[in-house]
Order: sequence, then structure tokens, then C-alpha cells
Amino acid sequence: MKVLVPVKRVLDYNVKPRVKADGTGVDLANVKMSMNPFDEIAIEEAVRLKEKGAATEVVVVTIGVPKAETDVLLTARAMGADRAILIATEDEVEPLAVAKLLQKVAEEEQPGLVILGKQAIDDDSNQTGQMLAALLGWSQGTFASKVELGGNGVKVTREVDGGLETVDLKLPAIVTTDLRLNEPRYATLPNIMKAKSKPVAKKTIADYGIDVAPRLKTLKVVEPGKRQAGIKVGSVDELVEKLKGLGVAK
Amino acid sequence: MKTLVWVEHDNKSVKDATLATVTAAAKLGEVHLLVAGAGCAAVADEAAKIAGVGKVHLADAAALEHALAENVAPLIVTLMDNHDAILFPATTTGKNIAPRVAALLDVMQISDILSVESADTFTRPIYAGNAIATVQTSDKKLVITVRGTAFDKAATSGGSGTVEPVSGSGDAGLSTFAGAEIAESTRPELTAAKVIVSGGRALQNSENFHAIIEPLADKLGAAVGASRAAVDAGYVPNDYQVGQTGKIVAPEVYIAVGISGAIQHLAGMKDSKTIIAINKDEDAPIFQVADIGLVGDLFKIVPELTEKL
Ligand SMILES: Cc1cc2nc3c(=O)[nH]c(=O)nc-3n(C[C@H](O)[C@H](O)[C@H](O)COP(=O)(O)OP(=O)(O)OC[C@H]3O[C@@H](n4cnc5c(N)ncnc54)[C@H](O)[C@@H]3O)c2cc1C
Ligand SMILES: Nc1ncnc2c1ncn2[C@@H]1O[C@H](COP(=O)(O)O)[C@@H](O)[C@H]1O
Repeated sequence: MKVLVPVKRVLDYNVKPRVKADGTGVDLANVKMSMNPFDEIAIEEAVRLKEKGAATEVVVVTIGVPKAETDVLLTARAMGADRAILIATEDEVEPLAVAKLLQKVAEEEQPGLVILGKQAIDDDSNQTGQMLAALLGWSQGTFASKVELGGNGVKVTREVDGGLETVDLKLPAIVTTDLRLNEPRYATLPNIMKAKSKPVAKKTIADYGIDVAPRLKTLKVVEPGKRQAGIKVGSVDELVEKLKGLGVAK
Repeated sequence: MKTLVWVEHDNKSVKDATLATVTAAAKLGEVHLLVAGAGCAAVADEAAKIAGVGKVHLADAAALEHALAENVAPLIVTLMDNHDAILFPATTTGKNIAPRVAALLDVMQISDILSVESADTFTRPIYAGNAIATVQTSDKKLVITVRGTAFDKAATSGGSGTVEPVSGSGDAGLSTFAGAEIAESTRPELTAAKVIVSGGRALQNSENFHAIIEPLADKLGAAVGASRAAVDAGYVPNDYQVGQTGKIVAPEVYIAVGISGAIQHLAGMKDSKTIIAINKDEDAPIFQVADIGLVGDLFKIVPELTEKL
């Protein structure tokens, strides 16, 4: 069984986003970009399935800038993905259009499982996996904290608001990762060197004949209202007084 | 505009998250509700009383019991013939189903809205709430998830909606519910609590977390939350996590104990009315957003505070 892992190149999670003065978006010039953290978890899960013998091949795909080939797709291959597909574009592509492109890739590659991140930490959309499942007419196990393959299906434990929920999915299936699914390995230097010889297929959006025109227009992007740092109290007694003042303590 | 609101429930009663979603929907037009589940007629009756509600569509079928997206989405797509917008609370249930509906309708979902600017324009947080985008949609139908902390709750009484049964599309045969571990707690729910006491990595282990955080929460009648670090380390279950990728809360008072204040954590609580931080590092970023800070060792401070309350 083949596992397909879509990954997104995003502003590194350690970098504090800066809103551009002209209100058009967040400044991405000269800042560190990395793989979306949830997608590292997705690759790790796929590679572990391969190491256990449950998967035969791990293919990663990204829709993004050509530079992704030498950063996130290299990291992905160094972590254990066998090959990569780059669908190059300079434009931002919305989750619906990403899902449509991934549908085409899935139809070509015929994976048994597609593992995505639950959300990209830049747009915070949390949509693409569910949309892909809809377009393919496949089952979906979102926010996964455990994935167990067996027989014709996959059992997915999901992190839900009240706790945990388990669903049995028919294969092929879509899984999206939550933080506690696994701890992704580091891409070590020797593995990065070796990864350079693993293939990358270079495509463009035109190759797939999908209309990716955005449906949402961003009118402006602003900083949220800033909180003022408050005061520091010197003792527990003072804090007790404050809590009384707030009406939460008697 | 005719809107449909997904009613969040457990087949017994309406969950609070529904109420803010109703308020958001009312800004767009007429509000209809969808109660989908199994043996959930009582939920529909309760939902019909929510202020401002018109029709309540009740889809009562075994295949809908656990709100599996594969079974629920086709039902909603059918109902969208007669509605212009569907709104879900941005809960794990809403986030699971909404994009599946959006893709089937070929529309781009608008996630986690903070405000309704007009019938086609909304604000939403991006980059863990470090930026707020105003977006305008060109889609004919709207699929939206609503951030609960951004809208007032609709009143649970005063409405006189009519309940109308609709039939589901049956079982898609793609997935089955296998079980759940839902923690029963006597404490208020995190997203509905007036006061929250949250603990971080500094608590060191599960025993400390329970021994230090819970008595304080008990004294204040508070809900208990946690940072990702505390959840990852297994001090508390996953559903305690507050943050960008956990729960978004905005209580009257949020007390962060031994939490550094990473942007991903702040994303989930910085709209709280009053933030109190207890941390031994006076330079911890949490103090940049805290209204009231106390620098010191939580193992001394918190028991003393609990004692004195
Ligand atoms: C994709 C992604 C998503 C994430 N989503 C979330 C999320 O939703 N929610 C979230 O919380 N995090 C999230 N994180 C993690 C986040 O980046 C931080 O790692 C995490 O919030 C840190 O938790 P903490 O503050 O408990 O731990 P630390 O950062 O280790 O802070 C511990 C604090 O305790 C203080 N301390 C230590 N001992 C004592 C003592 N005895 N008395 C008083 N104070 C003491 C220290 O000074 C320190 O400030 C996410 C990260 C990623 C990459
Ligand atoms: N441009 C992209 N290229 C490849 N995968 C993507 C892209 N955008 C989103 N994804 C995948 O979809 C997941 C959820 O993203 P989102 O719906 O944008 O929050 C990510 O974690 C990725 O796995």
C-alpha cells in the first residue's frame, strides 16, 4: 500500500508573524520557512507504517514555490519519504483548490491512505483533508492521535472536544494528524545528503487542468488589538485582594 | 438570506457552542437549525426555544447518531438547496463536517469567523491570531465555522421554532463509530467557564498537577486547562489543551500557572477579560499579556493562595 503525504511550506512556528504595514498580509520576506509541524507528524506516521511493513512507499507532495524542492521536500525525503511531487506556483492556493489538485494526484498515485496535517499554521483553515475526502468519496479520520491499520480498514483514534473518539474507516482513507500522534524524527545531515538523490517530479498547476482561482478575496490584514501588560503584585495577599476585586473570590 | 445552523448536541441536550453560532447566523438573516442524530427529538424541542429560531430540521436516524461526517454531509448538501448559508460552531465536530460539506458544494469554507461585516464579508484569525484577515467570498453558498468566544450567546428561551422531520441519506458505508472516552467532570466546561485555572510544564507531573491546580480551581469554581507541554507530558488529557490547536477560551478570569506564554498558547486565551500569571521567570512572555502577575515559585504560591481564598 502506498501512502501519500501532502505537505505545506509555512512560516516557521518559532517566528513571530509580522503584519505588513500596507495591510496586505503577513511579511514573509527574509523569514525562516519550514514544513508545517502537523505535516512532519504525517510523514513520521507514514514512514513508521513503511518501517513496520504495512506500507510499501511514501510519496510526498507540495503545492507551493519552487524553492520547496530544496527545503521542505528535501526534509521530507530525509525523514524517509521515497519520492516527492512538486506542483510549482508562486500564488497562494486555497484549501479547496489544493484539495482538487490532491484529488488528481491521488487518482494518479492510487494510495491506500493519504495522511495530511489537521491544519496549516499559517491560514489555520483546517479544511484540506476533509475536502479531499469529500472529493474522492473516501472515509475520513481527522485529528488523529492513533492510527492502526488492519484487514481492509484503519482504526483511527481522534482527539475531540470531550476527549477521545475511535472510528473504523474503510480503505482507502484520509487521515489528518493531531499533535500527539507521534514525535517526528529529525532529518539528520547524512540523511539529508542521501535524500538529494531521491526523485522529485516537477509539475505545474496547468498539468492538472484545475481552476485554482481564489474564491475568497483578502480585503485587509491587520494586527489584533494589543493587550497592555498589566501590573505585578508582590505577594499572595495582594493577589487575593485582586481576585476579590474581580468578584471571583469572597 | 436563509441560514442553517448545525446544532451541536449529544443526542440529549443542546451544547452551548450552538448559541454563539445562532447569534452569528442571525446577522446574516433568517435562522433555521439542523438537529441530526439518533433519538434526539428532545434536542430539537430544546433547540426550537432558542431565541430567534425559525424552523428546526430534525434528522433522526441511526446512521447520524455519532455525527460521522461521511453520513451527515450528504444530508446537509440536500438541505442547502433551500438555504444560502450553513454555519457550524468551530468545535471538533463542526471542523470535521463543515469542509466536507463545502467541497461537495464546491465552495471555499470560511473558518473560525470573528465577525460578520456584511453578507459576504467576514473577519477571521490567521497565524494563530497574530493577524486578523477580512475576507470577502464570491461563492453562491456560504459554509462557515464560528469562533464561539467572538459572539454573544443567543438566549435559550423565547424562541418558538417549529420542528420539521427530514430524512437522512442513510449510511454511506465508509466509516463506523467504534467508541469514545469522554471524561465526565463535575467542573464547568472549558469553553463555557467564567474562570479557568491552567497549568503548564512547570507542574512536572500528573500528581503535582492534580494536587496543585485542582484545589485552586475548586475554590474558584473554575474549569481546568493546560498548555500543550502539560498535555504532551501526560499530566492531563488532550481535551484540556488551550491554544491555537486546542480550545479557544475567553473567560472572565484566566489564571496561567507555570505557563511560559508561547504564541500558540496565547492564541487560545488572549481574549480572556482578565489574565493572571504565576511564573518564577519575571521575563516570561506570559507577563506581556497578563493584567496581574505574580513572580515566584508556584509550589509555594498556589497552595498559599488556595489556603487564603
Ligand atoms: C504546531 C504547534 C501547535 C501548538 N499548539 C499549542 C496549543 O494549542 N497550546 C499550547 O499551549 N501550546 C501549543 N504549542 C506548544 C507551544 O509552542 C509551547 O511549547 C507550549 O505552550 C509550552 O508549554 P508551557 O508554557 O507549559 O511550557 P514551557 O514553555 O516549558 O514553560 C514553563 C514555564 O513554567 C515556568 N516555571 C517553571 N518552574 C516554575 C515554578 N516552580 N514556579 C513557577 N513557574 C515555573 C517557567 O519559567 C516557564 O515559563 C504548539 C506548538 C506547535 C509547534
Ligand atoms: N499547498 C499545499 N500543498 C500540500 N499540502 C497542503 C497544502 N496546503 C495544505 N495542505 C495539507 O492540508 C493540511 C491542512 O491545511 P489547511 O486546510 O490549509 O489548514 C496541511 O497540514 C497539509 O497536509
